[in-house]
Amino acid sequence: MSDFATDLASQLPRLRRYARALTHDAAWADDLVQDTLERALGRRWLFRFNGKLSAWLYTMLYRLYLNDAARRRRLTLVPPEQLPEVADPAAADPALRLDLRQALARLSIEHRSVLVLVALEQLSYKEAAAVLQVPVGTVMSRLARAREQLRLLLDGGAAGAATLTRIK
Amino acid sequence: MSSEPVTEDDLHAYADGQLEPARRALVEAYLAAHADAAAAVRDIRAQGEALHRAYDGVLNEPVPSRLTRTLTAPRRPPALAAGIAWLACGLAAGWLAHGALPTLSGNGEAVVAARFAHDALRAHVIYAAEQRHPVEVPAQQETQLVAWLSKRLQMPIHAPDLNAQGFALLGGRLLPADGMPLAQLMYQAADGERLTLTIRNAGPESKNTGFRIMEQNGNSAFYWIDRDYGYALSGGIGRQRLLEVANAVQRQLQP
Repeated sequence: MSDFATDLASQLPRLRRYARALTHDAAWADDLVQDTLERALGRRWLFRFNGKLSAWLYTMLYRLYLNDAARRRRLTLVPPEQLPEVADPAAADPALRLDLRQALARLSIEHRSVLVLVALEQLSYKEAAAVLQVPVGTVMSRLARAREQLRLLLDGGAAGAATLTRIK
Repeated sequence: MSSEPVTEDDLHAYADGQLEPARRALVEAYLAAHADAAAAVRDIRAQGEALHRAYDGVLNEPVPSRLTRTLTAPRRPPALAAGIAWLACGLAAGWLAHGALPTLSGNGEAVVAARFAHDALRAHVIYAAEQRHPVEVPAQQETQLVAWLSKRLQMPIHAPDLNAQGFALLGGRLLPADGMPLAQLMYQAADGERLTLTIRNAGPESKNTGFRIMEQNGNSAFYWIDRDYGYALSGGIGRQRLLEVANAVQRQLQP
């Protein structure tokens, strides 16, 4: 295996986690990862070696995901309640997990992706902005809205759920 | 710039660990005085932890072979392709195809130990790189951490003190594995360099072994069996230094 393929291989576990959180569908997620790997191998000379490989891969996978999502929307819509379980023997709290995945699936693609990139994949705001191709300010405002919506969804409209205090 | 009032963006950036030190100090002072803002930061962090709990399991799943095949399929010039395809049989499988590695098949003691070392190295690469959630239970709760891992491994384990070697305990996590779970303890040096000590229950029939070594992509693991315990110490600090730490671990964990 070439050095480049070895580098790609080391990114696989994280790429799969990223794709799984975006799609909530193990097969679809791995299709996206596979397409991303093929694209990366085919375009490896476009990768700047001072760049961060993970961010480059996240960007490609995100574009593929947007294309797929648009195509799938035209076909069917799977209600989040019917989404398949993620195999996760390490998780301690299945009830919480399911709620969180359902809530995440209900967010818009823009909100879900920024949350996954920053809160799960630990990208800096600048890196997330590059992946999503939006200004850093947009990352910040989307992130705040995404977190607020996720919180409301998880609270399930609990009476008196306080909204995040706005500070100016 | 640092004297500007604290905004909601600051709270997010603070929770995400993305503030400059000066600004961070300002936000910390603000949080100390504003309970609602402090609660908002806690909410943000709790959400992040819930996300990790929901999806980190994917990191430990075996990578599907169709993905590894994508990386090893010849797609370069024909002369190169033959060589790569040949190499792919051994090299690629070693790093990727967990469980499918021809030399690691079977159930002999050496094979089981090598597979364990392989799992330990793989988990080291994944979790040592995690900036914000490298461990499930932090070292501040060492007593609970050790009790919890002991229970899951069905044997009392101990976290060696590696401060003399320059590594402080960061915490630990349970690694899902086929059959018996594995415990992973993570240590960190002042410069951020991390080591992991992976422990398994090797069973009462296990025989003590000396150090064996496995290396992959600049990371090494020394692994050995001491009574019923299987250990693997993984890190990217070079063989010699890692061996010194492994010796310290072995000395401390002997009865």
